[in-house]
Amino acid sequence: MRTLETVLAEHPFFAGLEQRYLQIIVGCATNVVFEKGQIIFREGEEADRFYLIRQGRVALEVHAAGIGTLTIQTLDAGDILGWSWLVPPYRWHFDARAVELTRAIALDGECLRRKCEEDHDLGYELLKRFAEIITQRLQATRLQLLDVYGAEGHTSRRGGT
Amino acid sequence: MVPRPFRLRQVRRETSDTFTLELEPADSAEGFCFRAGQFNMLYVFGVGEIPISISGNPANPRVLTHTTREVGTVTKAMGKLRRGDVIGVRGPFGTPWPIEQAEGADVVIVAGGIGLAPLRSALYHLLAQRDRYGKIVLLYGTRTPGDILYRRELQRWRAQFDLEVHITVDRALSGWRGNVGVVTSLIPRAPFDARNTVALVCGPEIMMRFAVLELQRRGVPPSHIYVSLERNMKCGVGVCGHCQLAPFFVCKDGPVFSYDKVQHLLEKREI
Repeated sequence: MRTLETVLAEHPFFAGLEQRYLQIIVGCATNVVFEKGQIIFREGEEADRFYLIRQGRVALEVHAAGIGTLTIQTLDAGDILGWSWLVPPYRWHFDARAVELTRAIALDGECLRRKCEEDHDLGYELLKRFAEIITQRLQATRLQLLDVYGAEGHTSRRGGT
Repeated sequence: MVPRPFRLRQVRRETSDTFTLELEPADSAEGFCFRAGQFNMLYVFGVGEIPISISGNPANPRVLTHTTREVGTVTKAMGKLRRGDVIGVRGPFGTPWPIEQAEGADVVIVAGGIGLAPLRSALYHLLAQRDRYGKIVLLYGTRTPGDILYRRELQRWRAQFDLEVHITVDRALSGWRGNVGVVTSLIPRAPFDARNTVALVCGPEIMMRFAVLELQRRGVPPSHIYVSLERNMKCGVGVCGHCQLAPFFVCKDGPVFSYDKVQHLLEKREI
């Protein structure tokens, strides 16, 4: 049977992380399963953890009056769900819902923050990894905001004049 | 340079603002040969002439297929055409997708919005010659689930075991169970061997730039990445100069270019 430590070590987010740090992190980790349609967290709730998705798909949603619930991003196996646990006031900014049966590893945010305060090298390693993810998502969000597939995004040959 | 008359066999509504025209020659029984990636100048008599990519099957010269979007005077007039109406066709023009050169390699197709239309012709060819290629992967991004083109065909292709189809939308209502995110986010985990891959990319230019960055990050060399450019094509034969891009006339030297040839031009704001 594979241990949590093995699973963490194989996840791309922790690739190259020293064994001693993995051993620290595993103390904050638990396996979780979400049924299809289950809400994982809601906007405004305390962000006390983050998730490494191992299997399934999670939708990040926002509710807009007059429009309904919009999905703004989906996350799949190998992705990280949530970074609000890192940044005060530690509240979720969106809802997260399992689109299908989803298995993940939950990491306790408060536990990790405490361990990062005790060992700044570990904190820096984790921050570097989150900074990369946050940057990728920021760039993707900018591209989404450009609405490149709108009428203005095309000229004559594919859009028509 | 003289338009050939083609009769409309069928107009098919794809989405709320896109439609597909199926045309057949009105002047003779002779079919219309083209290569995937080429375009035609379509003339709505009394309204105007515009360049539109061919989106049909190159192996079927009896039917000429174009998909376009209603955004301007000519395409809006085109959208009102009915079965039996006649339009003028000049072409085919431009360079094709390098599908013969891609034989033996994996092929990754990255399409954005209506950019899927000129790539559909390439897909027909690739699937007809399936055993000549490695993995074939289609990564398709569009605005919302309602904007997905060729829905039935995509479902059929997705059901095949020898073609990977990944679709993503920029935003969706909560009933959508598919992927939400930009098309570039599909590239890092798409199953292909970057060292032996030919990538065909078509969509809005800004989307293509970011898609190329991701492909290069995966290790696909710029000389193996092909983009289809859009400029203001008029004559179709490199004479009028309307579509000039530095040393190139996009209508004649393009629209399909290997990225290493045009990379330095796409990064220049002045052109």
